[in-house]
Amino acid sequence: MIPIENFLVLSSILFSLGIYGVLARRSAVLILMSVELMLQAVSINFIAFAVYLSPEQFTGLIFAIFVITVAAAEVGLALAIVLRIYRNKATANVDEVDALKW
Amino acid sequence: MAYEEVIFYFVAALTVLGALGVVLARNVVHSALFLILALLAVAGVFILLSAEFLAIVQVLIYGGAVTILILFAMMLTRVRDMPQALDGPQKPFAALAAAAFLGLSVLAAVSTEWPGETDQITLVPFRDLGESLFRNWAAPFEIASLVLLVALIGAIILARGEEGE
Repeated sequence: MIPIENFLVLSSILFSLGIYGVLARRSAVLILMSVELMLQAVSINFIAFAVYLSPEQFTGLIFAIFVITVAAAEVGLALAIVLRIYRNKATANVDEVDALKW
Repeated sequence: MAYEEVIFYFVAALTVLGALGVVLARNVVHSALFLILALLAVAGVFILLSAEFLAIVQVLIYGGAVTILILFAMMLTRVRDMPQALDGPQKPFAALAAAAFLGLSVLAAVSTEWPGETDQITLVPFRDLGESLFRNWAAPFEIASLVLLVALIGAIILARGEEGE
């Protein structure tokens, strides 16, 4: 039997790699991919807690379904915004999109 | 070591390998391909957790739709022609932040005594999951549909060129 800690450690590793990607990468598309990794880590946590700690209720599983739904909406909208930025400024590099920077 | 543990470590190694590739690859298309590997390996983790429905959804939505969308965005924004768009000067700080989070989170996960730990995972039947989704969670389900509709319309309006552009 796999202890629940294994899943929690795996999702921690996945989430930290997502944090690293979001902070280190400069292209908006690559940042979005790192955000996807973080959402995956959250889903693993939700499902692990659901099946280990409250197997008679499906709250964690349902939450994971909603996480996937919202992630799909987020990717669609965010990529449309990135496309728009690229069309206006000819770059998808987040360091160069600094019109609101004081 | 039980066979399920062997499978877990195999799938976990694939997941971490894919995630490392996503954040470290020098070529953005390789990054996207590593993302597909990581997402499919996470589907394997879901199967190990006996959540088959979510594994299927994961393969369909992430393995298919999301990665295709990301590859399209890469093609349209020509991110490949900009090698300077890969990593910024904030790399050491990013590594530090990620390591700090990893240390804290692993410490919390390992040192906590988890209550009610079951000896074996009970299989979740599709039927019960569906009943729960459409009975107890019907209102959030409808709101999720609305979110998807708004995202669909918003993405079309944002990505469509303006008149005379």
